Amino acid sequence: MAEKMTGAEMVIQALADQGVEHIFGYPGGAALPIYDAMFQQDAVQHILVRHEQGATHMAEGYARSTGKPGVVLVTSGPGATNAVTGLTDALMDSIPLVCITAQVPTTLIGTDGFQECDTVGITRSCTKYNYLVKRVEDLPRIMHEAFLIATTGRPGPVVVDIPKDIQFALGDYYKPDLETLRHQSYRPQMDGDADAIEAAVDLMLKAERPIFYTGGGVINAGPQASEHLRELAELTGFPVTSTLMGLGAFPASNPQWLGMLGMHGSYEANLAMHDCDVMINIGARFDDRITGRVDAFSPNSRKIHVDIDPSSINKVVHVDLPVIGDCERVLSEMVRVWRSKTNQPRSEAIAPWWKQIQKWRDVGSFNFKNSDTVIKPQYAIQRLYEATKKQSKEVFITTEVGQHQMWAAQHFHFDKPNHWMTSGGLGTMGYGLPAAVGVQVAHPDALVIDIAGEASVQMTMQELSTAVQYRLPIKIFILNNERMGMVRQWQDLLHGSRYAHSYSESLPDFVKLAEAYGGKGIRCDNPAELDAAIAEMLDYDGPVLFDVLVEKDENCLPMIPSGKPHNEIILPDTANIGDIIDEKGRALV
Amino acid sequence: MNAHLQPTGSAYFITKETQEIERHTLSVLVDNEPGILARVVGLFSARGYNIESLTVSETEHGRRLSRITVVVTATPRTLVQIKLQLERLVPVHKVHDLTTEGASLERELALIKVAGSGDHRAETLRLADAFRAQIVDATVESFVFEVTGKPGKIDSFIGLMQPLGLVEVVRTGLAAISRGQQGM
Ligand SMILES: Cc1ncc(C[n+]2csc(CCOP(=O)(O)OP(=O)(O)O)c2C)c(N)n1
Ligand SMILES: [Mg+2]
Repeated sequence: MAEKMTGAEMVIQALADQGVEHIFGYPGGAALPIYDAMFQQDAVQHILVRHEQGATHMAEGYARSTGKPGVVLVTSGPGATNAVTGLTDALMDSIPLVCITAQVPTTLIGTDGFQECDTVGITRSCTKYNYLVKRVEDLPRIMHEAFLIATTGRPGPVVVDIPKDIQFALGDYYKPDLETLRHQSYRPQMDGDADAIEAAVDLMLKAERPIFYTGGGVINAGPQASEHLRELAELTGFPVTSTLMGLGAFPASNPQWLGMLGMHGSYEANLAMHDCDVMINIGARFDDRITGRVDAFSPNSRKIHVDIDPSSINKVVHVDLPVIGDCERVLSEMVRVWRSKTNQPRSEAIAPWWKQIQKWRDVGSFNFKNSDTVIKPQYAIQRLYEATKKQSKEVFITTEVGQHQMWAAQHFHFDKPNHWMTSGGLGTMGYGLPAAVGVQVAHPDALVIDIAGEASVQMTMQELSTAVQYRLPIKIFILNNERMGMVRQWQDLLHGSRYAHSYSESLPDFVKLAEAYGGKGIRCDNPAELDAAIAEMLDYDGPVLFDVLVEKDENCLPMIPSGKPHNEIILPDTANIGDIIDEKGRALV
Repeated sequence: MNAHLQPTGSAYFITKETQEIERHTLSVLVDNEPGILARVVGLFSARGYNIESLTVSETEHGRRLSRITVVVTATPRTLVQIKLQLERLVPVHKVHDLTTEGASLERELALIKVAGSGDHRAETLRLADAFRAQIVDATVESFVFEVTGKPGKIDSFIGLMQPLGLVEVVRTGLAAISRGQQGM
């Protein structure tokens, strides 16, 4: 049934019809009609951010922790351009976002009007799809189609650019039938090919050195996908590793878990990937941080690749058996087919493989030399993890980008999907704080912690003000090494320890800064006092900025330097990484 | 300054391409909507693919569908990626690689302006006849020819006109279709 309303009202109505409860945004001239319509309703709650990039990361955190799309509203020109980083981040990590950007009136488009920018042009390559709405009649269809495209297939960000005159125009609002949507060309393939799944299971049944290599696709396919993965792992008895994006899909407490793989992944995960005979990639994309040197990547394995995006197949690594489809459906089919063929795990056949894996495990690649005078960053994360385990609340972790992010992935352990939010593909410093705000909006009673670096956190620090305004008790746990630690590490490795601009000369007093924003500040530099300080942070009912002063020059290990195969990983007992690369001839490309 | 003292590395591993470059014609069926061409062309530039020729026009008015014929040069591996990346675009219905999927026909149209007098003029007309080029404009000093055919035929005709007073050329780019009864 059609109902007369303005374009601005249609936007709000469509959001309400889509079940949207929260929207992250920032007003401006071109967006005012939508803001006016928002003012006159209660279905959708607006969270006012401090910078539009913050809004996009909040929406990402919200989406990743709920499985629902995150929604953003920004004004034209600078509002839209500020959103570009978050849109790109969401595209790289396949996060469903709908971003509504206001635009100058249609009559002004192309005249270099005040706060005009070519939003659809600028965002074409950083969105899954984008629209410029030129007629109010199209608006209801476009709004609903935007949600469909953002959330189905391989999820991603969609921009809807709405000129101000369209927001004012009167038209008929209707809820379109999804089948009659314009884009008949858009039909993601959900079910995997039955023959391919059968062939994959046959390959798995003959494996002697198998490994599951899982990724963000398992998380995106919904919690059921993680359930099926657990079931399949139990049925087969195979070891499981995951990318940074996939952490939590398989429980870290399970003995079949090998830890994260990749550049800073565990020794056992990387060596098992290198030496396996059957690799089962589920929802991961052979990213260069995972493969290292492509021509030396897992040279002797048959590779199965399950992915919803056909263009991921053979993009980087040649695979023997592609299965295009949704991870949830394919995993559940694999479970069914496996069960129809056997009721035995392959424990005996793969016992020697597990023995080998145990040897690699015994190396203890995440070990570090602890200290009783200075807080080691890894130790800080271990203590944080132990403290949060005792909490009755749900615990969600977000991160910034750098060494602290990798240490968080290594030392904080996840048993559930959707509880770990990090910027993997784009590696966006400044992601974690606003993402934590978004998670907390979706889960008001949960404990949400941003594991941060002192450099990254300053990129979106102002969103602390948003957290204070909406009483969102996020905890920002800064591993302050007074360095852009990850950059410093690369400079040690490759650039003769010439530390070009990789440290901060005038860091703010984070405790005072927290107080200035109306939050709580805590500082700790003594390992003996760390537990008490963490308890103080967790007990405080409000946003906390915790400045943990850690060892300044700790290296993040293990590490597979670029251009090296997995079995040339640098282990933590190595004293000086600069020397190691010298010895090996600095053969990096 | 002292950077030369030590070899620097990279955060990336760079592989050398080992496959041979091939030239393929792709036929892409798309929704004729604003920005569609920018989307397709943007994909090529963003991912570093080479376009040799591109033709686009609406072909089914009722369903607002356009056909894009694009000639690309790439390694076989990249060609598969190009096809899959194109298919990933929301308004793209289908992509066919006409070079690999059976026999196909390729045609191009060119308008060619030649100026001259005397012997040159007679020779120009004789060659135009041999190439079945139509005269679509004539003055006492010039001709405009219309030639259709495979790109190679047009290339040779242009080559022959060069010494005879070639002024300028416009070409439509390639239109291609598969042989036989099957459509896209
Ligand atoms: C927006 C952005 N700019 C630059 C970089 C490059 N970069 C990666 S890690 C890093 C340093 C991060 O420092 P910090 O947040 O203190 O973390 P640490 O490595 O010290 O734990 C930089 C500059 C980036 N990832 N993102
Ligand atoms: Mg730091």
